[in-house]
Parts: sequence; C-alpha cells; structure tokens
Amino acid sequence: MKVNRFWSWLAIAVGVIYFALPLLGTIEFSLRMRRGEYSLDAYRAVLADPRFHETFGYSVIMAICTIVFGVLLVVPTAYWVRLKMPRLRPLLEFITLLPLVIPPIVIVFGYIRMYNTSSLLPLTGSAMGTNLLLMFGYATLSLPYMYRAVDTGLRAIDVRSLTEAAQSLGAGWVLILARVILPNVLIAVLSGAFLTFAIVIGEFVLAALLNRPAFGPYLQLIGANRAYEPAALAVISFAITWACMGLIQLVTQFSKHTKAPR
Amino acid sequence: MAANGPATPRTPLPLHWLGIVPFALFALLFLIGPALYIVTGAFRTPDGGFTLANIRGLFTPSILASYWISIRISVASALLGCVIGFSIAAAVTLGNLPKGLRGPLMTFSGVASNFAGVPLAFAFLATLGRLGLVTVTLKSWFGINIYAMGFNLLSFSGLTLVYLFFQIPLMVLIITPALDGLKKEWKEAATILGASGFQYWRMVAFPILFPAILGTFALLFANAFGAVATAYALTGSSLSIVPIVLFAQIRGDVLQDPHLGYALAFGMIVVTGIANGLYVWLRARSERWTR
Repeated sequence: MKVNRFWSWLAIAVGVIYFALPLLGTIEFSLRMRRGEYSLDAYRAVLADPRFHETFGYSVIMAICTIVFGVLLVVPTAYWVRLKMPRLRPLLEFITLLPLVIPPIVIVFGYIRMYNTSSLLPLTGSAMGTNLLLMFGYATLSLPYMYRAVDTGLRAIDVRSLTEAAQSLGAGWVLILARVILPNVLIAVLSGAFLTFAIVIGEFVLAALLNRPAFGPYLQLIGANRAYEPAALAVISFAITWACMGLIQLVTQFSKHTKAPR
Repeated sequence: MAANGPATPRTPLPLHWLGIVPFALFALLFLIGPALYIVTGAFRTPDGGFTLANIRGLFTPSILASYWISIRISVASALLGCVIGFSIAAAVTLGNLPKGLRGPLMTFSGVASNFAGVPLAFAFLATLGRLGLVTVTLKSWFGINIYAMGFNLLSFSGLTLVYLFFQIPLMVLIITPALDGLKKEWKEAATILGASGFQYWRMVAFPILFPAILGTFALLFANAFGAVATAYALTGSSLSIVPIVLFAQIRGDVLQDPHLGYALAFGMIVVTGIANGLYVWLRARSERWTR
C-alpha cells in the first residue's frame, strides 16, 4: 500500500488545517481586546463577571446532580436486566438510543407542555421543580452515553458469579450493588460521568427554554452583546471539554494498570 | 428486599419486573411520554378532537422552505463529514503512517465531536467572521476578501462548514473500528487474484464498508438536523432552519398556535426517525460482515 501514503498525509493535513485554524483563530481573537497588543484582558473581564461564576456554578451543580441520578438509575437497571431479564436488553438498548433520535428541542417542548402549571405534575411552577425537570432532561440527554458505558463495563465482569458469591455470603441487593457491582464497573461509570459533565456544562436548548440561569444561555447572551469575551469563553469551554476527555483517557489507562497480571 | 430465610425453598416469584420499574417510569415520564404528547398534539384541535389541519399547516411556503434548508444543510454536512472523516480514518488505519498518530487523533475526535453548541459558533466567528483571523489574514496578505466574494458564515455554506467541526470527528470515531475490521486476508486474496489497489477498494472493501458508511451518514444527518445551539448563537433567528423556527415558536417570539409547534416538532421526529431507522437497519446488515 505504498501508493496511498501521499493521500494519507494529504487527508491528515487537510484535517489538521481545518481543526487547527478555528482553535488558533479563537485564541488569537481572545487576546486582541487591548488595542495594538496581545493581552489577557478578555479573560480578566470574563472571570470578573459575577454572572460567569453564578451560571458556571449552577451548571456544575446540575452536572453533578445529573451524574449521581444517572448512575443511580442506570447501574441498577442495567445490572438487573443483565442478570434477571436478558430478553429485555434489546428493548433497553432501543430506549436508551431514543434521545439521539428525538431532537432535544422536541423533548423539552414536551416537558413544557406536560409539566406546565395547569397539569397534574406542575414541575415548571416553581424554581426547584424546574431545576428537577432540567436535571431529568439532562439525564435523558446523557442516557445513550451513560447506558453504553455501564453496559460495556458489565460485559467485562461475570455478573452472575459475583452476585451468587455475594448472596452466599449473605449480602442483600443494595449491598451487592454498592459493594460488589459498582466498584467493578467504576471505571466505565466514570467515563460516562465525564462525558455527561461535558454535555451538561455547555448545554443550551433545555436550559434556555426552561428559563434556568445555566452556563449555556449565559454564553449565548455574552455572544450576542460582546466582542472579545465570547472567544475567551470558547477557549475556556474547549479546555473543559478537553479536560473531561483527558480524564476519561486517564481512568481507562489507570484501569489497565491496576488489573492483576495473569 | 431478600426476606426469604435460608431454609425456605426459593419459589420463582414473578416479581423480577419490579427491578426495572424506576427506569420504566423515568423513560415514560421524561422521554417517551413527552414525545408522544407532541406527536398526539400534532393531530389534535385545541379542544381535543382529531384533526389533520396542523399537519396541513406545515405545507406553507415558509415552513417548507425551512425544512428544505435544514435538510440541505444536514445532507451536505453529513456527506462531507462522511467523505472527509472516512479519508482521515482510512489514512490513519491503512495509510502506513506513524503509529503514534492514531491515539491523539481518536482523543481529539472525542473532544471535537463533543465541542458543539454555543462555543463552537464563537470559535468560527473569531476565525471566519468579518474580523476573524482567517478573514483578516486573507485580506491583508493575499488581498482576498472572502466576504466580497459572497462568503457568509450565516448561510447554507457557512453553517455546513461549522457543522463539519463535529461531524468529521464523529465519522472518524464510528468508522475507525469498521476499518479495523477489514481482514488482511481479503486484501491478500484480492491481490493473489490479480486485483489492483483500486479494484480491491471498489469490489471488496467498499461493498463491505458501505452499509456502515451509509448508516453513519444517517446518524450524522440526524445529528445536524436536531442541532439548535450552534445555529442560534451564530445567526440569531436570521437563518430559519427548522429547529430555530421551533425554538422561536416555543419562546413565543412568533406565537400563533401551539398546535403548529406540535406539528413542526412532529415533522422533526419523522425526519430524524427515518434517518435513524435507516441507521439501525444498515448497522445490523454491516455487522454481519465485520464480525
């Protein structure tokens, strides 16, 4: 396959140029706030904005709540279906893929209509209720990734033997899940968690339409009103996404090293 | 929960299904329920009767035009994403390049495929906007004014270019395992039978990969079709693609009739549903070969 070496380099070169230019452009633009010289003024302006701290803090808390809720929902379900109802697995897989089929904007439109103040479950009536609804929405969006991560983790361990061993030692279901299953799929859960974090932190549509003070709508607002700050925010967001992916790599690497050699 | 003592013989109580109740409840309340609510709402009058008027309301020139431009942008960005992503994945897996390239490429693809939404719009505005790095550099160094030449980030071609930033990496992530599944023996067998490199690709490798490629195309299409944040941050409401029109409807900017909103959303489910149905079907077909 000597022939395609030139084409291979060409494909890589095109890719590198396409992906590097916007990143370089953004970094360069974010440094241009002070006339005539490069400075970190845009970053300083962003970091000094109290709304940045409020919205970012709000989104971080939402992300953590979503991860905890997602783990509590997905791990027991995936475990239970694998152990007791394997025939339901294709159905579960189909349901967890649905958030990729139904656009998020449609899902949140459904929420607004189903949980409005005149409905049986008026979640949008109070701030706390709306926060809860937003968290459920985020959990729905991250479901495809969380379920796949956990399912891959469960596939690598012998669920049945572990369960029977724990049961023969007298453990109940809660204990089995918390002390046996969860530690064994922790690496998989963590990669699902970081991906969820990356998704929730910059999410726009759900937060904007449910009218919550999250980071995504704040980004949009700054973008509509400022010149240089958006570029600085884009660099910060990219760094956060990169950190999340880096952490996924790190925990996966870590798990490879901790496996006992046979 | 496990209240039966060790002495009692375990009778298989049909209570297994209790374990999936929380998940089923969640899926019904926050995924399937809302979607069904929208779908049924598309066929209802405000007083609850059945009607096709909402669906008929979609067939106005302006709404059809927004579906049309949405579909065009999604097709173009999915198609280019497939071609470029495939080239990059093929270069790394089969192109005889340094091995160290692959890891960073996969990591970067993971990052870039998740770098969508509002910040992506900012990045492209800073690069190809009127004062962006590339725009200014081209103008001052080469005398090329891309805006005078008709380029506009807030347009069909501009938005397609932006969407490629997450489409290409997604293609790389999905198609690399499929390319790894191409067995060396197939290549060797083809060579022994006298096939050229091009013939091998045209008659062996491509037919095997085709369902996977077409399937990924469907996924990329749905991915672009449902995207709101990037376009909204980039264009405001000036480019009326379907998700933006629906966003404006829900926000109440152009509130005429919520049931038209249901119909718009229903149309989106139909389009992405068709694309993803195709994906699932083709995926199943392609896995028969690469196993």
